[in-house]
Amino acid sequence: MTGADERREAVIFKIRKALGTYDSAPRRAAVAGRLAAPPPPLVPERAKRRRDELRSLFRRFLEGQSATVVEAAGAAEVPAAIGRYLRSANLPLRVRVGDDAYLDRLPWASEPALERRRGRAEAEDEVGLSRATVAVAETGTLVLASGADNPVTVTFLPETSVVVVREEDLVGGYEGAWERIRARFGAGAMPRTVNFVSGPSRSADIGGQLVMGAHGPRRLCVILVRG
Amino acid sequence: MSAVTSPAFRDNARAALGDRQLQRALAEVPRGLAARRSAARADLPEFEALREAGRAIKDHTLAHLDLYLEAFEKKARAAGSQVHFAPTAEDARAIVRDICRQAGARVVTKGKSMISEEIGLNQALEADGIEVVETDLGEYLIQIRGETPSHIIAPAIHLTQDQVEADFRRLHTGLPADRQLAEPAQLVAEARQVLRGRFLAADVGITGANFMIAETGSTVIVTNEGNGDLTQSLPRVHVVLASIEKMVPTLEDVDTLIRLLARSATGQEISTYTTFSTGPRRAGDPDGPEACHIVILDNGRSELLGGPFREVLRCIRCGACMNHCPVYGAIGGHAYGWVYPGPIGSVLTPALIGVRQARHLPNASTFCGRCEEVCPMKIPLPGLMRHWREAEFDARATPLLYRLGLAAWAAAARRPRLYHALARLLMPALGALGRRRGAFRRLPLLGGWTRHRDLAAPQGRTFQALWADTRAGVPR
Repeated sequence: MTGADERREAVIFKIRKALGTYDSAPRRAAVAGRLAAPPPPLVPERAKRRRDELRSLFRRFLEGQSATVVEAAGAAEVPAAIGRYLRSANLPLRVRVGDDAYLDRLPWASEPALERRRGRAEAEDEVGLSRATVAVAETGTLVLASGADNPVTVTFLPETSVVVVREEDLVGGYEGAWERIRARFGAGAMPRTVNFVSGPSRSADIGGQLVMGAHGPRRLCVILVRG
Repeated sequence: MSAVTSPAFRDNARAALGDRQLQRALAEVPRGLAARRSAARADLPEFEALREAGRAIKDHTLAHLDLYLEAFEKKARAAGSQVHFAPTAEDARAIVRDICRQAGARVVTKGKSMISEEIGLNQALEADGIEVVETDLGEYLIQIRGETPSHIIAPAIHLTQDQVEADFRRLHTGLPADRQLAEPAQLVAEARQVLRGRFLAADVGITGANFMIAETGSTVIVTNEGNGDLTQSLPRVHVVLASIEKMVPTLEDVDTLIRLLARSATGQEISTYTTFSTGPRRAGDPDGPEACHIVILDNGRSELLGGPFREVLRCIRCGACMNHCPVYGAIGGHAYGWVYPGPIGSVLTPALIGVRQARHLPNASTFCGRCEEVCPMKIPLPGLMRHWREAEFDARATPLLYRLGLAAWAAAARRPRLYHALARLLMPALGALGRRRGAFRRLPLLGGWTRHRDLAAPQGRTFQALWADTRAGVPR
């Protein structure tokens, strides 16, 4: 056995010894059963409301967590909504974005001044544009899955993060997000990162006073696409 | 391992009580966190039911921990992670040092990790000539001062804004001397600017883990700053430090625990960022680390599984127990003398560094019970401290005079007739001696008590005597 194997065996053996147990078939069955058919999770009532109520809950929490929420009447309105937000915040009309197919298909011609740069974010990028796979109403949380369509650096490196999410991807609780992730990536499989984002970056480490923009984005703008 | 000053707890506590700067810092923040927790709890009617659910998840997982670790390892390997088991702190340091050597690392960034403090990782890497940079703002503030965390979620809670400004002016010498730093926002902006360069230069990024998920082989971190995400996404290599008890079975189990975690810690509905990481970057990914290592640390925890202390392994490190502790609130975290302060530290530290070194900590409690009341995982902290007090006595770690006193008292208390006879003699004598003032300012052998308060003098006959009279129908 190599040193690594010995260390592994030592940890597992010490656990079994302390538990006063061993690697038995009934224990294996208990674990396999719990993984295959977990008990139903306790989902708070607030996550079980009707769609329109979930939308206002999502908005209320995100805004309470210092994000800006903009509703777009439909996909066609999104480029203009992004343009308006960037102008109002006095930001350059230049965004870093991945290969997301939904974002690609938006009518960018309606906002000709807005420049889109492809790929992972670099240090000089000021605005990142991402798409959330799911939005969770119970705490105003965006769920982003990393990949070429949605590079994780685009969400974290620029000072401003703009995230587009469709109303049809809004769910009540976190459990709804996992349903979508499993449907997309397969049961038990995950992309490199799944990011729950619930506002702009913040810190209260200096004198207990809350300041936005610690290391991640200072500003988070969420574009919620209706219809 | 980090330096231990727990044996000097009494001196530490006395110094902390006299430290005006510390007392100023402690006056505000822990109380604010406690108030926010209470508001967040009131906003979620299911909070108490979630505590029960969270406890059940951890109890089940701990009872099958060996098998869940194996299941996790299998999934993590399938996702491309390299999994390392570390029985001791020394093993963990060597594993991480070797990973950094193989990566040819010169700069290592770190997200917040209490385990890293526990194993003294920074010193080990620095001895190898590596520049180690803490990126959590609070951890950065204490790193530049050469201090240790004084709180598990707010490591620099003992510092005031003025101290931070002075440190930044002393250390960030490349910046204009006349710059404005009076506002917290200016200080945060400066730290962001300085640390941004280190994020981009790092070869290896090290984070902790709030959870390991057996279902997917994922590890989870929870932050408000986003520093953990830059730490793990930008360098070539990501190292995760996790301890064995961070295991949970499924993604939904994490849902239950994150519904408790931020609300208990800071009163937030959820922390700003919760990140689930699974393996290195995938084919076609434009960013993310090329390699991912998960180091799973035991360091004495497995031994706790066999006895009453198993319950402490349910801890999700929210810090609510210290935010609500009158002792922590009075002396802060450093006085406890090692990595984990407050009530959770008083239970965990004796297990990790030995009851002889940590013998004062289980006694640093008024047993008011607030820690158990607010613990999201319902850990019976006062009860476990009582277990340690017994262990301390059994290990003969208690001073001789104290032991003799206890033995004498126990000898009397076990013999009711003797006890009552002594009480009948002593109480009237003490009452007569103390009649003039009604209390004693000083008593032999009770200096520890009378130094801070008076001992009331007995006012008359013993309770037993009164009780006997009442039963016999004697009018009062």
